[in-house]
Amino acid sequence: MFLLQNLAVTDARFGIDFLMISAVNLFITGTNPWPPIVALLVGALAFGLAPLALAWLWAVKYSPAKPGKEKNSIYECGLESPGDAWIQFKASYYLYAIIFLIFDVEAVFLLPFAVAYAGLPAGACVAMLVFLLLLVEGLMWACQKGVLQWS
Amino acid sequence: MEQSEKSVQELKAELSKHGVFTTTFEEIYNWGRKNSVWPLTFGLACCAIEMIATTMARYDLARFGAEVFRASPRQADLIIVSGTVTKKMAPMVVRLYNQMPEPKYVISMGACAISGGPFRDGYNVLKGIDRYIPVDVHIPGCPPRPEALLDAFMTLQKKISEQQLTGEARPRHLKEDLPSEFTVPKYGEHGLEPPVNEEVWNPLKVLQ
Repeated sequence: MFLLQNLAVTDARFGIDFLMISAVNLFITGTNPWPPIVALLVGALAFGLAPLALAWLWAVKYSPAKPGKEKNSIYECGLESPGDAWIQFKASYYLYAIIFLIFDVEAVFLLPFAVAYAGLPAGACVAMLVFLLLLVEGLMWACQKGVLQWS
Repeated sequence: MEQSEKSVQELKAELSKHGVFTTTFEEIYNWGRKNSVWPLTFGLACCAIEMIATTMARYDLARFGAEVFRASPRQADLIIVSGTVTKKMAPMVVRLYNQMPEPKYVISMGACAISGGPFRDGYNVLKGIDRYIPVDVHIPGCPPRPEALLDAFMTLQKKISEQQLTGEARPRHLKEDLPSEFTVPKYGEHGLEPPVNEEVWNPLKVLQ
């Protein structure tokens, strides 16, 4: 026993995996801090795997597997699934969504602007006008590029 | 066989008197199954409203371990055919039943699901879902009250707890040669094709 322990210590000097040494030490001296952790690890694995293993054994012993064409088919609320799921959407949808953002952002900023309009100085109105013009410019550019034409 | 079964029951009763609890694999298995019957989220007509009421606080289907209505047939044990099955809908019902894993059960809820109900003479209503899939419990009523559905649940639980694991009397899902999926009817020129699935439909014969 002493020899084995000695061996473990010597090996540690030569860089053998520390966990291995701990496991060896654990069963020899019992002073190592690792044993509870190893025990918990084994327990946790068994806790997870044992029910799966039991269920598998049960199925092998009693319950025959019955796969079938209908049973394995894709679930579509009872309908047969037509075609392939890997289809492409037109890129135009995404462009439309992005252009919609122009109006979206516009509305978000215009509403507080309109509410506080009476008390605003001329500079604020000019700033808002510039903002609007920038957005409109973006829309015009998209329009010129022909993005809004659905083909 | 019956004699030994009887003596086993006597022995168990005798042991339980002395504070020793014994059980069998079969009993634990059935006990677990009957208390976790998960139905499919699947409503067809007005009966579905009663089915929903059954799951709510007043009737509380959760007492029977069956409140988890699954949104996918892959996780469901039970399909409650709750209402009128039109001929347009019948293939979907059968396909959903086919897609459920074994063991699977069927409750036919209400007059329509049993026989077509008030629409029996109509051209577009199926005259009972038991023409295509094996039904475990029928509930009469139009619509049946939640109590009736609870009663059907308890009947099903009783049925499950009596199922055997081995032997010739074991249920369909434990027999290798019996099918797990049933013929899905197709829309034909004069209603559904085939009109009934002969394997599952066993109507009472009128004897002359």
